[in-house]
Amino acid sequence: MKIILTVTGLDHEGIIGSVTSRLAEYKVNIENVSQTLMGDYFTMILQGSFDDSALSIADLQGAMASVEEQQRVQIRIQSEALFRAMHTL
Amino acid sequence: MVLANSSAPILETLQMIDEDKFDIRTVTMGISLLDCADSDGEVARQKIYDKITSRAARLVEVADGIEAELGVPIINKRISVTPISLVAGASSDEDYVEFAKTLDAAAKAVGVNFIGGFTALVDKGATPADEKLMRSIPRALNETDVVCASVNIGSSRAGINMSAVKLMGQVIRETAEGSAEAHGFGCSKLVVFANAVSDNPFMAGAFHGVQEADTVVSVGVSGPGVVKRALEKVQGQSFDACAEAIKKAAFKITRVGQLVGNLAAERLGVEFGIVDLSLAPTAEVGDSVAHVLEELGLETVGTHGTVAALALLNDAVKKGGLMACSAVGGLSGSFIPVSEDIGMIEAAAAGKISLDKLEAMTAICSVGLDMVAIPGDTPAATISAMIADEAAIGVMNHKTTAVRVIPAIGLEVGQMVEFGGLLGRAPVMPVHAPSAQVFVDRGGRIPSPVHGFRN
Repeated sequence: MKIILTVTGLDHEGIIGSVTSRLAEYKVNIENVSQTLMGDYFTMILQGSFDDSALSIADLQGAMASVEEQQRVQIRIQSEALFRAMHTL
Repeated sequence: MVLANSSAPILETLQMIDEDKFDIRTVTMGISLLDCADSDGEVARQKIYDKITSRAARLVEVADGIEAELGVPIINKRISVTPISLVAGASSDEDYVEFAKTLDAAAKAVGVNFIGGFTALVDKGATPADEKLMRSIPRALNETDVVCASVNIGSSRAGINMSAVKLMGQVIRETAEGSAEAHGFGCSKLVVFANAVSDNPFMAGAFHGVQEADTVVSVGVSGPGVVKRALEKVQGQSFDACAEAIKKAAFKITRVGQLVGNLAAERLGVEFGIVDLSLAPTAEVGDSVAHVLEELGLETVGTHGTVAALALLNDAVKKGGLMACSAVGGLSGSFIPVSEDIGMIEAAAAGKISLDKLEAMTAICSVGLDMVAIPGDTPAATISAMIADEAAIGVMNHKTTAVRVIPAIGLEVGQMVEFGGLLGRAPVMPVHAPSAQVFVDRGGRIPSPVHGFRN
């Protein structure tokens, strides 16, 4: 399944490392990353894919909870199908 | 794909969900109960219970799964069934309250929010079963929690069944009196229609028409906040620009409805029905159709210009939505319920919108006088006459209209009725005092308009 993962929070060192390490643990392949700072605010959008017969999005979201807490960021994982439906003809 | 090159669309979607309160209002499973009819009412009810609880067993689980996957809230999971008068009519039961209790129990067993279909279709005439159903409504609604009732009393093809209109005025009064301690709350679950549609996923008027497949899944969207934000970006520009902005917002909203419907149908192994394009508001700030109208330049909804603003909104939502979706149906217009829309509540409480203006608005949108609280002592004949007026607008204009009014027992004009949850709260609005009793007592039918005969 293809997913879009968005990470937002106050910028500090180590956010990308923590997020991507956890994704690697769960065998999520990262296909594209865009990251920007809006003032002090860190925003990263990451496109990825994983085998949804082994893991559900809800499980993956659950697995990111400790990263959210530790890094004090908000992580949201959604099926890419949502964005494609909304923004492409 | 396009998303890889720009984060803007992704951030826009997240803003729609987080700030503009975009959600899927309902995933509604329509279930035919025609095969549950039996000469023994007890047997029929067992068949009904078994069919609903098996067909909808996974409805809530599947909807919750889609919500988690897409990150878009799905607020309600609902069931609509075949009009019960058609199913219960085979039995010799004298009233149908037990059927309502069975629907209530089945809905609770599968965990849905509402079940609709305690319904009779009497636009041309009523069978004995239809009569029994209508007379059962007050007890049925007051002795159950999640059952919704509706009665179709008119159509462009058949005219207006004024005898049924008279009866429904009395039924609404009786239902209100039966829930007097809750200021007539039972009436929030009862809709009287003209030109009712058989694939409406929204409550309280949902039922599963006889022309539908055995089991289907339909979706109702929401998103007044998204439309309002789109309009904020064209401030000071012409109506042409407003219409374009609304169309684009409606397109995006509806695409998500279609996606959710397809996913739900596939995972439940049933047919996908329709997406209902109606912009459904809630009583929360940022989720108001009234505020969309005000964004177009009205100081307060209800003032002169309101009908024109609503006409533009309703039409542009349809044009955007139709392009986005393979099967559009249901009511697909803007909803203007008073108690469920913070802008409407405020305007009504300040006396800036009247029942007469609301009635005018229903000429160009769905659904009608919706969730309007009226004084607790309003006579049945006055309620019947309100129904007749709305039905006349619908029948003459080939559109659905409806009345869902709540005689707020024990309350007077200006006092507030609290319904709670999505149903919100409503200030009691004044009705015209002169009597329509003699008019309503005539009975019979108002014939269908000449343009009802298109063949």
